[in-house]
Amino acid sequence: MSEKKLTFGIKGMTCASCVRVLEKTLSRIEGVSSATVNFATEQATVVYDPEKVDPKNFESEVANVGYKALVEGGAEDVDEQKKEKQKELNSLRNKVVVSLILGGLILWGSFPGLMDTAPAILQNFWVQLILATPVQFWAGLGFYKATIPALRHRTANMDTLVAIGTTVAYGYSAFVTVFPEIVKSIGMDPFPYFDVATIIIGLILLGRYFEAKAKAGTSEAIKKLIGLQAKTARVLRGGKEVDIPIDQVIIGDIVRVRPGEKIPVDGVIVEGESSIDESMVTGESLPVDKNKGDTVVGATINRTGTFNFRATKVGQETMLAQIIRLVQEAQGSKAPIQRIADLVSSYFVPIVIMLAIVTFVIWYDFGPAPALLFSLLNTVAVLIIACPCAMGLATPTAIMVGTGKGAENGILIKDAESLETAHKLNSVIFDKTGTLTKGKPEITDIMVVNPGVIAIPTLRRGKQSQKDRRADARDDVLRLAASIEKGSEHSLAEAIVKAAEEQKIEVLPVTQFKAIAGHGVEGVVDGKQIFLGNRKLMERENVTINSYISQIEKLESEGKTVMMLAASPYHPERSEGSQLAGLIAVADTVKETAREGVEALQKLGIEVAMITGDNQRTANAIAKKVGIKRVFAEVLPDQKEAEVRKIQQEGKVVAMVGDGINDAPALAAADIGIAMGTGTDVAIEAADITLINKDLRSVAQAINLSKKTMRTIKLNLFWAFGYNVSLIPVAMGILYPFFGILLNPIFASIAMATSSISVVFNSLLLKRFKI
Amino acid sequence: MAIDKVLVAIFGVLGIFFTYWFFLMKKDKIVEAQDSIDIIVEGGYSPQVISVPKGKITKLNFIRKDPSDCLEEVIMPDFKVRRHLPLNQKITVEIKPGQSGEFGFACGMNMFHGKIFVR
Repeated sequence: MSEKKLTFGIKGMTCASCVRVLEKTLSRIEGVSSATVNFATEQATVVYDPEKVDPKNFESEVANVGYKALVEGGAEDVDEQKKEKQKELNSLRNKVVVSLILGGLILWGSFPGLMDTAPAILQNFWVQLILATPVQFWAGLGFYKATIPALRHRTANMDTLVAIGTTVAYGYSAFVTVFPEIVKSIGMDPFPYFDVATIIIGLILLGRYFEAKAKAGTSEAIKKLIGLQAKTARVLRGGKEVDIPIDQVIIGDIVRVRPGEKIPVDGVIVEGESSIDESMVTGESLPVDKNKGDTVVGATINRTGTFNFRATKVGQETMLAQIIRLVQEAQGSKAPIQRIADLVSSYFVPIVIMLAIVTFVIWYDFGPAPALLFSLLNTVAVLIIACPCAMGLATPTAIMVGTGKGAENGILIKDAESLETAHKLNSVIFDKTGTLTKGKPEITDIMVVNPGVIAIPTLRRGKQSQKDRRADARDDVLRLAASIEKGSEHSLAEAIVKAAEEQKIEVLPVTQFKAIAGHGVEGVVDGKQIFLGNRKLMERENVTINSYISQIEKLESEGKTVMMLAASPYHPERSEGSQLAGLIAVADTVKETAREGVEALQKLGIEVAMITGDNQRTANAIAKKVGIKRVFAEVLPDQKEAEVRKIQQEGKVVAMVGDGINDAPALAAADIGIAMGTGTDVAIEAADITLINKDLRSVAQAINLSKKTMRTIKLNLFWAFGYNVSLIPVAMGILYPFFGILLNPIFASIAMATSSISVVFNSLLLKRFKI
Repeated sequence: MAIDKVLVAIFGVLGIFFTYWFFLMKKDKIVEAQDSIDIIVEGGYSPQVISVPKGKITKLNFIRKDPSDCLEEVIMPDFKVRRHLPLNQKITVEIKPGQSGEFGFACGMNMFHGKIFVR
């Protein structure tokens, strides 16, 4: 085996002595013949024997001494695999052509009816032997090469069956040719069957050729994803623009992207704006406008503007790398439905060999004359027609195409099991905030109900009109709310703080801040004890809201979330009864795709529900807008999981759709957790399906994809099992006593070759499924 | 019944028993892997049954010497691994099993099988 040379980046070198450490480390790896490290270019060049060492080992060895090797396999691996596969296919094609031409000539010279038209030379058995020998031992060498070591391991596969079957046919024919007298002496016609051996080999190899070509299509999606990676990036270093390989981009680099260029890594725009085509990663067909502060995703394409962005994720951390990893993992997983195929295939080949022996014995002992010939031909037919490959390919090819199809459309499926479970779903629960709604609430109303409680004396306002006083009181409500919410991360808090900033209202310092989950927040501002939150918080603090209940309910029935601000003078030792001071109504916009997404699910006969921490009235109003009838309101974050379990107890298979971060326990509790994700680790880990396109219609699309994939798998398995169960008995000759029908081994090989191809093609049909 | 037919019947029965014994009654030798183990992919996996420690990273180095299409991929469903095995190259799959038990791996067409025992 020839040695290979690989150059890759090294990160973390600080001085020239690092070079020695790294060279020593790399050289010590078994299979590496030389290693040189260049400090200036931060690159290592290693000459190694690929049979002895996987380049991926370089990464871990280098990491052991405290550096980082950037052995990027991705695109190169794919290219190399492609080249290797092409070479294999070319060699296979040559074997197919030679064996079918030679086999065709033999068939012409030996097939009853045809042979009369053939030149005499082709009818000569010795010539047939000469033509058949290269087919048997050159074109068919692969079958022997696979069979011999397999037998050494006491295992067998399809190659074993083909090798035994064709050897029997070839061996018998060769014997007949060399010793015709012996055959005659036992009362048989010394007629060889070289056509059977050669045509079987030719057709099975032809089947493999098409199968290999088709199989390459099943993993196309992953190759496409890997191919999306940019190769270089233009970074600003030392005030200059430099083009560097993508694996040398580090976090914090400022990267410049011009119109029409591919964005190399993930980051945040720091200068400029543009319209970006993210379809290749998210499946979203419309370009997205991005400005300063917006995130950009590696491998997407910049359309119009020029901009600079700061790299925030590089290498294996980028969204594309994570998507690739997830799809690869999903394609390596096993669907529970495959278990039966696994069980059958582990016994299949030995059972077929036993059936072939039974066939031989029955035909020899009880069959018509010439018994030996019938028993031999039928035994060969049994060995050749059996197709364990179709069973082995039935499930994984469909899973590969299905998960790949999902990834192309921004639907990431974690594993085959999730894909299988998704088709059984009959209940989908949506989280409200950030899932059905945009998660960017805005303040719609501020009402002052008790200005005296919150007046802020430290702000001197002088003499004012009544109108001004009302406006000031309104500002005070917002000021206090914004002050206390400044430290909170809740989306409602963000809306309040943002509104204060927009209205240039300065916030005040807060002490003793406390967030009370599912209730709200409290703290001390300007000598006042402030509470801001929902009804539960008011009840907890014994704040009377009865006089304002109709106003609150009116706002809530409009789908707004009402936050109540209560205050009392602050005393460290004792608490004084707080009074309601103001109301802040916040509304979140429903996503454009929400209604359509819900309707699509309902059309599939799936019950759709909504879960939220909001009060019943607000929740009902939002649910009505999107067409959801079942609502779980006022559910604290930690109770969502319990609600999911309650629905499961109704006998339903439940999917929970959330943002994947706040809902992680509920997503995990559901049969299928669907994260409307951003591709973050947390979301992907918690979810069975991640919708990176954030499109609510994709929930129904994912379920449809699962249904379609499962239908394909079931059809494949039915075909693979049905084929073997029905045709093996035919090859054994079960129809002969009734109809006089026997299966010619040549037809057996045609059936076998088409059977596995048809399974792969059926899986490939999934590609045409419109999501 | 003629003697040849009797003989064919006897050899047939013996052949069936032999096939059953040869393929279905074999006992696999468990090979213990420390940090890493080389697995030769040729007409199956050698060693076929491997024992690895729980909670530790074990490197499984697959070296495919068999040109058969069937063996060009190795699939370890429990570890969510599907790897292409180029001919005559060492491909390392790292696994870190979190739980004890028996986990299977197979070729892309599910014809050849191996087992990993996590202890």
